[in-house]
Amino acid sequence: MSAAADPAQNERPSLAACPGCVAAPTAPVDLPQEARIALSLPTIHCQACISTVERVLAAAPGITSARVNLTLKRVLIEAEPDVHPHALVELLERNGYEAHELDTTSLSATQTDTAGRELLMRLAVAGFAAMNVMLLSVSVWSGAADATRDMFHWISAAITLPAIAFSAQPFFRNAWSALRARRLNMDVPIVLAIVLALVTSLWETMLSGHHAYFDAAIALTFFLLAGRYLDHRTRAIARSAAEELAALEVPRALVLVDGQEVERPVAELSVGDLILVRPGGRMPVDGEIHDGQSELDRSLLTGETVPVQAMPGQSVSAGEVNLTGPLTIRATAVGEDTSLHRMTDLVAIAESGRSRYTSLADSAAKLYAPGVHILSALAFVGWYLYSGDLRVALNIAAAVLIITCPCALGLAVPAVTTAASGRLFRKGLLIKHSTALERLAQVDTVVFDKTGTLTEGTPALIDDEHPSVELSVALALADGSAHPLSRALARFARDRGITPADVSDLREVPGHGTEGIWQGRRVRLGRSDWVGGGQVAQTASWLAIGDQAPHPFRFVDALRPGAAEAVAALLADGKEVHLISGDSRPAVEALADELGIANWQAGALPADKAARIAEMAARGQHVLMVGDGLNDTAALAAAHVSISPASALDAARVASDIVLLGRDLSPIPEACTVSVKATRRIRENFRIATVYNIIAVPLAIAGLATPLIAALAMSASSITVSLNALRLR
Amino acid sequence: MSVISYLIPISLGLGALGLLAFVYTVLSNQYDDPEGDARRILSDEWDDHPKP
Repeated sequence: MSAAADPAQNERPSLAACPGCVAAPTAPVDLPQEARIALSLPTIHCQACISTVERVLAAAPGITSARVNLTLKRVLIEAEPDVHPHALVELLERNGYEAHELDTTSLSATQTDTAGRELLMRLAVAGFAAMNVMLLSVSVWSGAADATRDMFHWISAAITLPAIAFSAQPFFRNAWSALRARRLNMDVPIVLAIVLALVTSLWETMLSGHHAYFDAAIALTFFLLAGRYLDHRTRAIARSAAEELAALEVPRALVLVDGQEVERPVAELSVGDLILVRPGGRMPVDGEIHDGQSELDRSLLTGETVPVQAMPGQSVSAGEVNLTGPLTIRATAVGEDTSLHRMTDLVAIAESGRSRYTSLADSAAKLYAPGVHILSALAFVGWYLYSGDLRVALNIAAAVLIITCPCALGLAVPAVTTAASGRLFRKGLLIKHSTALERLAQVDTVVFDKTGTLTEGTPALIDDEHPSVELSVALALADGSAHPLSRALARFARDRGITPADVSDLREVPGHGTEGIWQGRRVRLGRSDWVGGGQVAQTASWLAIGDQAPHPFRFVDALRPGAAEAVAALLADGKEVHLISGDSRPAVEALADELGIANWQAGALPADKAARIAEMAARGQHVLMVGDGLNDTAALAAAHVSISPASALDAARVASDIVLLGRDLSPIPEACTVSVKATRRIRENFRIATVYNIIAVPLAIAGLATPLIAALAMSASSITVSLNALRLR
Repeated sequence: MSVISYLIPISLGLGALGLLAFVYTVLSNQYDDPEGDARRILSDEWDDHPKP
């Protein structure tokens, strides 16, 4: 790895294995003759996994190199252009590793984090300089006098000036852009304090004075950079995980060109294209069914669990899932014009509304920045009028600025949010929005969506004491289909130890069901109207054996793990829990009863959901919305804060502040408690910082603050607020 | 007191050495996969020579 930073070495296959140097911006990326493939490997966890994956991939034909990144649970592969990712996914799955293809174009920003690296470098330089200057300062404080003191001051200046010129650049830039826009932000007092401290210290050193603040200026830079870096890390982790979720959906579609199937990126589809959607695939565009019969799962769009029949001539919307037969659709709207995208636009509008929420740190900064400036200006004017000595007045003004400098704001808030987000990330919650934790802390009402959120969105058979003959025939028929209901039925029967009956001439009729011949009689499993069954309240599949009366198999949507615990914990915590779903009344009522949710509403349209939430907000409630479907996006955006599961549609994930990475819902109540604690810590930190200021500022104004007192006050307050933040872990 | 004329440059030099080492680790992407690198040391597919 020693030569990895050298771009010229990149052509050598063995070195290109390092994912970082491939992504380093200085390296010649995107070698045209080679394809880069990224696969997500969610289950790898140890050294054995790393070496197996790398060995298996390296042995596959056409692969130049493969390197696993365990932190990101990802493998980056350099391969010949004709190597297909699907083949590699299958290869890894045969070896026992779950693998998903990642869209490399949407991953670009996460690879080597240049901004983070730059901050780390500045932090290192500031740390080095701070340690050395502090060493010299200690000698001065402990009694170095005259020539020695002057020499120590000069050495400190020689270290501090270049170190600050390099490390404090982010503050200079931010302060300058704020001043140019005629605003004040936190960086303005920071920069003023640093610059004033340096100027007065240099002046003092030249006049061989007693007090120089070089150590304070550089330590201030160091502490504040530490805060910036923590803040950056938290966001970078969240961003990379969020990008990975988006990259999991590789936007490609099969297009029929002159009867040939061609794979194309979704972005390149145009109106009129014939697109093949295989069973289990998602509609990439809006269109009309040209050929084929099937059933469609629209639950992500409407929340309905019952599949809809699909026939030629019928229109389909992007985001629907094709269940049984292959469908050819003719695109009627692509890209920006699809219904999926129109919904996302709604979200963008709502997002801009949410950015109006000002974080605790911002509102504190608004009070703080002018206060600090006025205080030090008053100290300067007062001392100048009193003593008539510019040097004394400037020294005191600098001391006031250094002591009041917002370490607590710059370090305390990032330290708390880093600790809290880290803790929640380990529980499987990804905090996307920077103020999400503060908003979550205010929540008093929780609104759940049903399908795909409280439930899995996949059916499970209700145990109605089905006779074993029927089950055995049904199992044989169900094995012939990939329909979710068939699969649920087969799983149920296998768990009971039922063996499939000997059914011959098995045939799937897309959109209807499967049929075959058993003991000379025709048997059918499928839709009620095809089999000749009656009506039942739930989703059901019917089995007809010859001329016997058809037997219904009823299904319910299985509850997500942790859903009952999450609802119970939220209710116990005194929160109001609502269930608003687009599904039919009996299904919603049954679920609400099971979970003990008193407030429920069925058959809600997307606009109804958003309206209900707006209504609650108008009553002064702070609503947490948990939902996954496209029909929830407006509600997710309208709510005070929102959570969506990782299985949700892209649009819903974008609209929400927090993403639930696992299948389990139980981290939600914990997120609420952690957020309340985090907000309390932030407020405590502000209070601690204020106490320090109350003690130290009068000393500074009275002209009693020596550099030692300034360093003590500043370091002590920075360290106490960081330790207080760490209590969250 | 003349001893400090040696000691101060030495202390600064040692500090600078540490800083340089850190800069080198950052530039050679050694913080990209901390968890993986920690595990790789346990690999039994070791060899006697470093990779070219």
